Amino acid sequence: MKRIMWLVFLAALLPGLIAYTAVRPPEPGEKPPEIVLPAPSDRSDRIYLGAPRTGFFYISDLKIPVVLIEILSIYCPYCQKEAPNVNKLHEMIEKDPGLRGKIKIIGIGAGNSSFETAIFRKKYGIPFPIFPDPDFVIHQQVGEVRTPYFIGVRNRPDGSSRIFYSNVGGFGDPGAFLDRIKQLSDLK
Amino acid sequence: MGRVAYCMVLVLAALSLEGAAALAASEAFKGNIYNPGVLKAVDSVLKVKTGDRAPDFTLPAVAGGTVSLSRFLGKKNVVLSFVPAAWTPVCSDQWPGYNLVKDIFDEHDTVLLGISVDNIPTLFAWTNQMGTLWFPVLSDFWPHGRTADRYGVLRSDGTSERALFVIDKKGIIRYIDVHDINKRPKLEELVKALENLPK
Repeated sequence: MKRIMWLVFLAALLPGLIAYTAVRPPEPGEKPPEIVLPAPSDRSDRIYLGAPRTGFFYISDLKIPVVLIEILSIYCPYCQKEAPNVNKLHEMIEKDPGLRGKIKIIGIGAGNSSFETAIFRKKYGIPFPIFPDPDFVIHQQVGEVRTPYFIGVRNRPDGSSRIFYSNVGGFGDPGAFLDRIKQLSDLK
Repeated sequence: MGRVAYCMVLVLAALSLEGAAALAASEAFKGNIYNPGVLKAVDSVLKVKTGDRAPDFTLPAVAGGTVSLSRFLGKKNVVLSFVPAAWTPVCSDQWPGYNLVKDIFDEHDTVLLGISVDNIPTLFAWTNQMGTLWFPVLSDFWPHGRTADRYGVLRSDGTSERALFVIDKKGIIRYIDVHDINKRPKLEELVKALENLPK
């Protein structure tokens, strides 16, 4: 009987414990959450990320020194407003021979379907992949953050990964933000 | 006995987690969103059905003046988007999404009317956080919820359902979605309804 009482007590605590661990956004210095994504159906997205043709992959599997993850919702007014800034950042990275291939951007559409992320990409001419997260699985993994939310991940050649940036809201001037990314990620 | 207890634990944990409604709140609202928790999915009985003539109404608009449904008769298809309440989680990011598909509305010769039972000052402050909405936002505040009630989407607590009505140029209701109030209707469903409108 005592055992049952204990189990019931633990069951009552479990949601609280899960909520505590789930709602906290990732912090700089921590290991990034293990985010699983489907292979992009679009060829140019696969080439951009070096992602597999089929199946699923972990962001940490990508051989990219710096990955900037934007948690967004196509419905979020600030995400809509921020879209041209993120596009500009992408453009600056791709035009810099020293950075091209070393920093990649991935969008995660929290609560959005593939139809909705496609609409968002078309509307703002977004050149980097945005993965739908219709059931908020990834959104819960990253602490149910408000959107837009940017997470910078530094991947090292030895296979280790660390978060170097984690912040809610827009990043302001893309040039200044790019300098900040380079500095915080120690990207040479 | 041990197995029974283990199952009880899992069931209790699952039940406790079930109430957690997922949402991605926009930073645009700066934590000013009141979360009412998980509500009864639908709490009203429709008074209209597809094929019926849409009840006419005249409501004050946040931008000033009034808007009548009959104004669009013979000219435009109309989508009515009832949202339950200002400053609540799902409502706050439903209408900004429609900013992305204005061209699809245009393509189908359709206007959108956003309707809430909140008063004009509340709607003014709330919709200002959404940026510029391209469609009129109407207040069904007084007599409270009369339009929502005529369509059968006024809930027992005085808010409205999260409901979409697609009305053709002849004023006939072609599509109704009284959605689970806790969830946002997907854009693709609405777009499909627009595509099915008589040409």
